[in-house]
Amino acid sequence: MRLIGFLLMPALLGACGGDREKTVLEFWAMGQEGEVVQSLMPEFERLHPELQVKVQQIPWSAAHEKLLTAYAGDAMPDVFQLGNTWIPEFVVLKAVDSLDNRLTAQQREDYFEGIIETNEIDGRLHGLPWYVDTRLLFYRTDILVKAGFSAPPKTWNEWLAAMAAIAALPGGDRYALLLPMNEWQVPVILALQMGSELLRDEARFGNFRSDAFRQAFRFYLDIFRRGYAPAVSEAQIANLYQEFASGYFAMYVTGPWNIVEFEHRLPKSMQGRWATAPMPAPDESYPGVSLAGGASLAIARSSSRKDQAWKLIEFLSEPEQQLAFYRLTGDLPARRSAWLHPDLATATRTQAFKTQLERVVSTPKIPEWERIASKIAHYTEKAVRGELTEEQALAALDKDVDRILEKRRWLLRKRAP
Amino acid sequence: MKTPLLPANTAFWFLAPALILIVVFFFLPVAASLLLSFTDFDIYALGDHERLRFVALDNYLRLLGDPLFWTALKNTLYFVLVGGPLSVAVSLGAALLVNHRLVRFKGLFRSLLFLPVVTTLVAIAVVWRYLYHPRYGFLNYLLGLLGLDTVDWLGDPDWAMPAIILMAIWKNFGFNMIIFIAGLQSIPVRLYEAAVIDGASTWRQFRHITLPMLAPTFVFVTVITMIGYFQLFAEPYVMTQGGPANSTLSVALLMFQEGFRWWNLGYAAAVAFTLFLIILTGTVLQLRLRRREI
Repeated sequence: MRLIGFLLMPALLGACGGDREKTVLEFWAMGQEGEVVQSLMPEFERLHPELQVKVQQIPWSAAHEKLLTAYAGDAMPDVFQLGNTWIPEFVVLKAVDSLDNRLTAQQREDYFEGIIETNEIDGRLHGLPWYVDTRLLFYRTDILVKAGFSAPPKTWNEWLAAMAAIAALPGGDRYALLLPMNEWQVPVILALQMGSELLRDEARFGNFRSDAFRQAFRFYLDIFRRGYAPAVSEAQIANLYQEFASGYFAMYVTGPWNIVEFEHRLPKSMQGRWATAPMPAPDESYPGVSLAGGASLAIARSSSRKDQAWKLIEFLSEPEQQLAFYRLTGDLPARRSAWLHPDLATATRTQAFKTQLERVVSTPKIPEWERIASKIAHYTEKAVRGELTEEQALAALDKDVDRILEKRRWLLRKRAP
Repeated sequence: MKTPLLPANTAFWFLAPALILIVVFFFLPVAASLLLSFTDFDIYALGDHERLRFVALDNYLRLLGDPLFWTALKNTLYFVLVGGPLSVAVSLGAALLVNHRLVRFKGLFRSLLFLPVVTTLVAIAVVWRYLYHPRYGFLNYLLGLLGLDTVDWLGDPDWAMPAIILMAIWKNFGFNMIIFIAGLQSIPVRLYEAAVIDGASTWRQFRHITLPMLAPTFVFVTVITMIGYFQLFAEPYVMTQGGPANSTLSVALLMFQEGFRWWNLGYAAAVAFTLFLIILTGTVLQLRLRRREI
């Protein structure tokens, strides 16, 4: 493919004649996506001969710093990829342009509601979902059957019952569920399922001692207290895939990237023995909600080529391109119409994500969220390790979060005297 | 009104380019970050300077009440107090070996031992991560041969810092070794000859000639090592990101995270100046102690 492009290049260049100056669009994309998206560019440049796209690939670990530094140094690209949770920050900086007048109502309807909402701040759209992600249950079908469950759990009670049954199975060092204790996602998902607000008074204060959060937190800690999950952090799990195959744990709450990983890394004999399912719910409202994650494409406010930049975003959002991108990366399309294609419609493990994506909610849309999330992870780990009681952990969490939100309170006071 | 160009002025004009560079690229940024440390400069202020507040010493007071800062300081002191002396001892040992009169190919050994110093840290980190791998790593293979339990070097909060120290010493000892070799070579041979005639053993020669004659080198090496080790950053940044459970979080890494991960530049500047004060105190103390000894 690349070779053909290379061979064709002189011909294409010749065809352009060089008498017309091309507009160069700068596009920053992260990680594997940044590498793979380059193979979609020849098609875009063929459709828009007046444009040329310069893709810069940035590793995820440095992406956030790099974007902020580029903003501070007035060196933003025209189009860039950004994680959903970063959008509030870039809106505060006034670094992204609103897309309200560009996206048609018909196009908008094609997006998963919970996902596109994460891109809306104060009622205005600031980014267009590119690919989506959320978390749900990966499980070993054979172990669940052995424990007497032919279907994945639909409620918290069923979930607990399944975990108890798996823990009671003979065979020594094994657990029902893997919950890396330094991750904030699962406690937050459980709290959102309980309807917890996480932050109160327009996100002025932490709300972690509310009944909803407390119940979810207790449920989470109980899983460890009853020995259904091992108290380990992510770094302590040497080889996730090997442990899953050996039956060290039977269930795991994780994201779509692991479908590809599990298919490649689990031994062949294991391939018929695992499945995915939407999250259980605390009541009968199956499926329970999960997190609205993923990455979006945005136009920099500083760009002088916004119309051309929108053309690129529109191109990457076309269902065909979303499908091509899915085939190249395994990233799930943000548009429902792309999911109708047989490639996706027949992939059972991926279809569980479709069901889940209709039931996702956003975390609080404020720039402080990532920092708050890291505090949730910190205090959850302390509570799991038993260094703090449930009450102490939640009180400390509220205190830290209130401190983080101090500036926000001041700004809100200033805005409305 | 006309003042002739005095000789002193001539010197000033020749120095000016260098001085201007130092002022623009060193003193101005330092002064600016000192001012920054008295404000709450953050992501909001970056977008709109109206949202910047002067908070006086608030950042410093908050720092003193921040358990994360104390964890970072404790880790940094662990690294300095254990890693520093070990590093100096290893450098001195290597210098004595390489400089010994029985050793052949001195130049070759010097170069080989100096190689890690000039190797990129990221490349070293990649290799050492393999060495430290809990299942397939060479170090655990050795422990297995000796019949000992394997260690999760970078995953266990108790072992992560020793692992970082080991790697840092291996990377850095070559530099101090070269300085020690220079110090050793400046000791007059006649002192050893006189001692041999008086019947002094090798150990006594080392204790009463080598060590005292190396004293100025020692002061230099320990001060430089201490200052460098207090600024521990790159090793945990590439190896562990401060984990597990913050066991390798250093003060400089905390400053980086506050500044560039959370973008709290005001608070990060306060961390930087606190670290500067700690290093300054350490250096002055050490120089005082040494001066008394000499």
